[in-house]
Amino acid sequence: MSLANLTKPWAPMSYGFLDASAKRELRRKMIKAVCVPGCQMPYASREVPMARGWGTGGLQVSLTLINPAMRVKVIDQGADDSVNAASIRRFLARVSGAPTTLDTLDADLIQSRHRIPEEILREDQVLVLQVPNPEPLRSVQPNMSIARQMHGDADYGRMWLQLYEQIVRSGRVMQGASYPSMVNGRHVMTPSPIPRWDVPKLHMARHLTILSAGREKRIFAVPPYTRVEPLVFDDVPYRVEDHGGLTCYRSGATGFFMNEIPQGDGTSTYEVSDSEYGVKAIRARDGEVVAMGETWYKDGKMPQ
Amino acid sequence: MTLTLDPPRIVKTAPLVQVRGVSKSYGRVVALRDVAATVYPGEVLGIVGESGSGKSTLLRMMNLEETPDTGSYTLDLPDVDGNLFALDRFARRMLCATRIGIVYQNPHLGLLMKHSSSGNVAERLLVAGERRFAVLREKAKDALAASEFPLERLDAPPIELSGGMQQRVQLAKAIALEPALLLLDEPTTGLDVSVQALVLDTLKRLQRDRRITMVIVSHDLGVIRTLADRVMVMRRGEVVEAGLADQIFQDPQHAYTQQLVHAKL
Ligand SMILES: Nc1ncnc2c1ncn2[C@@H]1O[C@H](COP(=O)(O)OP(=O)(O)OP(=O)(O)O)[C@@H](O)[C@H]1O
Ligand SMILES: [Mg+2]
Repeated sequence: MSLANLTKPWAPMSYGFLDASAKRELRRKMIKAVCVPGCQMPYASREVPMARGWGTGGLQVSLTLINPAMRVKVIDQGADDSVNAASIRRFLARVSGAPTTLDTLDADLIQSRHRIPEEILREDQVLVLQVPNPEPLRSVQPNMSIARQMHGDADYGRMWLQLYEQIVRSGRVMQGASYPSMVNGRHVMTPSPIPRWDVPKLHMARHLTILSAGREKRIFAVPPYTRVEPLVFDDVPYRVEDHGGLTCYRSGATGFFMNEIPQGDGTSTYEVSDSEYGVKAIRARDGEVVAMGETWYKDGKMPQ
Repeated sequence: MTLTLDPPRIVKTAPLVQVRGVSKSYGRVVALRDVAATVYPGEVLGIVGESGSGKSTLLRMMNLEETPDTGSYTLDLPDVDGNLFALDRFARRMLCATRIGIVYQNPHLGLLMKHSSSGNVAERLLVAGERRFAVLREKAKDALAASEFPLERLDAPPIELSGGMQQRVQLAKAIALEPALLLLDEPTTGLDVSVQALVLDTLKRLQRDRRITMVIVSHDLGVIRTLADRVMVMRRGEVVEAGLADQIFQDPQHAYTQQLVHAKL
């Protein structure tokens, strides 16, 4: 009798880097977050081989959701090829065996920092957003215990006052990214630092969005078909960035969120911020047959 | 021939505010001992008393900022029932924001010093659910005008304003939602005599035009005499004497009140 007879032959039994109990906790917190849309759920943020602040919150959610049959896409500010996005994508693939993709249409799981892809996400897709600062009330209430009480009471007068002050001082709402938004008519959340351009994409979206802050240890979610309304006064309309009329100098695509590229002569050119969408547009222009998904914005406008 | 006299207004109407049996201790300090107060609609109740007699504490309770150890508090308003001290935090906040206005002795307690003055007033309206910018601005302006605040300073932050103007911003904030009850804690203390007179004028005019029910706390008998219909005298957490203003000033009964009135004259 040898040891080999007494033990089972080797077989893979787990994937996703985190241990089973960590994943179970995260799953429970995600379910809670889905049940109360926009409400921040505390969780025990685990160590992952990455520094806090580099997307550890999003990574833990991805590691929990991932399975070897899922296709993963990771973007950073819209780009698949930035160092941070590439490292996270490679890490996810390595610890789970999941295939990776750059194409939004092919992805089952999309982890993103600061952007939502331009192509409409489907019911079977999950978007994971990395959140540096999950508390929208931080700027008006530095004491986090009181802030939690204010969420409990739906006491958002100070948030509105902040908008009032911005209009009085500057003539318009100055808030750019992380525009505070009311979820399901109850909780105000920060949609992570996505541009104002991307916030309307969350409203009544078909896909599930999970937002996770690793350093602050908070998870919140926007379930499919949930209202997400940016805080605006009835008579001061919400405005997205003026990118609707810009054209990408590489792909010729018009009407999407752009990266500005300053030129030597003081002018600027623009390129599509959703890099893979830009790549697909170029390939389509060059005569390849490419599946271009339907986009949220049409001719630079979000249909109502 | 029988002569029928109309009973005085006060006898016909039910009191708006009834505070009964309120006691409060902070550790070994008894701030209030079995205090009762009644205020009728449209009336001004003055509270005088020495420093530390519990006047501000009573006012904080009436603004539902604190709950006493014992006692009850009712407001006779439609859809406001029962002992207000028993309300939960949420209900208390809504009631406070929409039905009660307060002016603190220290403007730092009542104002956001770095926000605009109009914003301070608008906050009240925002809490009450107003979501139109133009309306917010108009109503804030109206309230500031009613408290005779110089409108060219509309968007100046209170920290840059004089003490008298800060009190006017507090007052505007307090009256912005037309509260049923206005609480004033030493609204003129710390102001020089001429500014004091101006603020008193404003309060008097508000009282006359809008018939707001007020409770005003002051240790200055002159202020109380100018504004109050009835007066309550407090000492060491207890009410020692209460009655019509004239009666208290002309014919004080309690030794402490006598001393107070004499000291003034
Ligand atoms: N939060 C508190 N903690 C401890 N003691 C308190 C507190 N608030 C009030 N007190 C005490 O209660 C008593 C009444 O205080 P209060 O501020 O009501 O007096 P006041 O009549 O308003 O005096 P003043 O005319 O000086 O403003 C004082 O002895 C005070 O020290
Ligand atoms: Mg006091």
